[in-house]
Amino acid sequence: MQGNFITTRLNAMLGWGRKYSLFHYPFVTACCGMEYMSAACAHFDIDRFGAGWTRFSPRQSDLLLVVGTISQKQAPVLRTVYDQMTEPKWVIAFGACAVSGGIYDNYAVVQGVDQVIPVDIFIPGCPPQPEMVLDGLIKLQDKIQKTKQDWRWKKQRS
Amino acid sequence: MEETTILEALKRRFPKGVVDASAPLGDATIVIRKDALLEIIPFLKEKPYEFAMLLDLTCVDYPERAERFEMVYHLFSLAANRRLRIKLSVPEDAAVVDSLVRFWKNADWLEREVFDMFGVRFAGHPDLRRLFMNDGFVGHPLRKDYPLRKRQPMIPLRK
Repeated sequence: MQGNFITTRLNAMLGWGRKYSLFHYPFVTACCGMEYMSAACAHFDIDRFGAGWTRFSPRQSDLLLVVGTISQKQAPVLRTVYDQMTEPKWVIAFGACAVSGGIYDNYAVVQGVDQVIPVDIFIPGCPPQPEMVLDGLIKLQDKIQKTKQDWRWKKQRS
Repeated sequence: MEETTILEALKRRFPKGVVDASAPLGDATIVIRKDALLEIIPFLKEKPYEFAMLLDLTCVDYPERAERFEMVYHLFSLAANRRLRIKLSVPEDAAVVDSLVRFWKNADWLEREVFDMFGVRFAGHPDLRRLFMNDGFVGHPLRKDYPLRKRQPMIPLRK
């Protein structure tokens, strides 16, 4: 029973640590980028939620923000970026185009990035307001806190 | 008006090549025969007209017409501050038009775009490859008979 107590506390602590230290990689391809900038900069300030660090290398980040339209030609690039990120990692589809292809129901555009990579949070809107982005970020934090943490070094030993 | 004088002059100079000349909404437009293109373009580029710029070159698909594609060229004369639109019809079974790369370098990518999207070929083009779509893409997406929701993903999709 003592062991269980320690494990659940450790799980909660890892979740707490992870949800407040999201390093995000912005995969910005379109006009939603302006809304991303306003969410990330001083006015709305995602740094309040511990997601202030923008890493321009997928290898150093654990939150992938797919901001904007993803064309079929970009899909392999997005997949490579996602594969380069180290576990644990999360993905937010930012804006209508990333969620579902948006108005671009045509030959060139991927109809939602979940066709290419797994997505945790979908933020609709064309473009979404910064408040919606913050709401999505808080929901992702809830999700991170509630999930069983991937305790990689323990898994490998057992 | 100025527009009508240039249209009249072109009709007189190329009685066979220029099929129709009009100025809808004040924009000078000539419709020419496909094989007269290489004859008319150098004439327009020299004095007195000096259409030095090729503003745009594009194509329209009219599936109901006998000659399905219509090429549209937009020229601009810096010297006279004047525009001219040239149209010519292209049949689907012989979708080849003479390339204008030797006159304007920007025609290179514009013609590659038209080839990519409509499948119209350009005789004399130095490097006629697809411009936007990937090399493995089948078909020409801006043709009206290309299925609207046909997808050709480059990687296998998850669902």
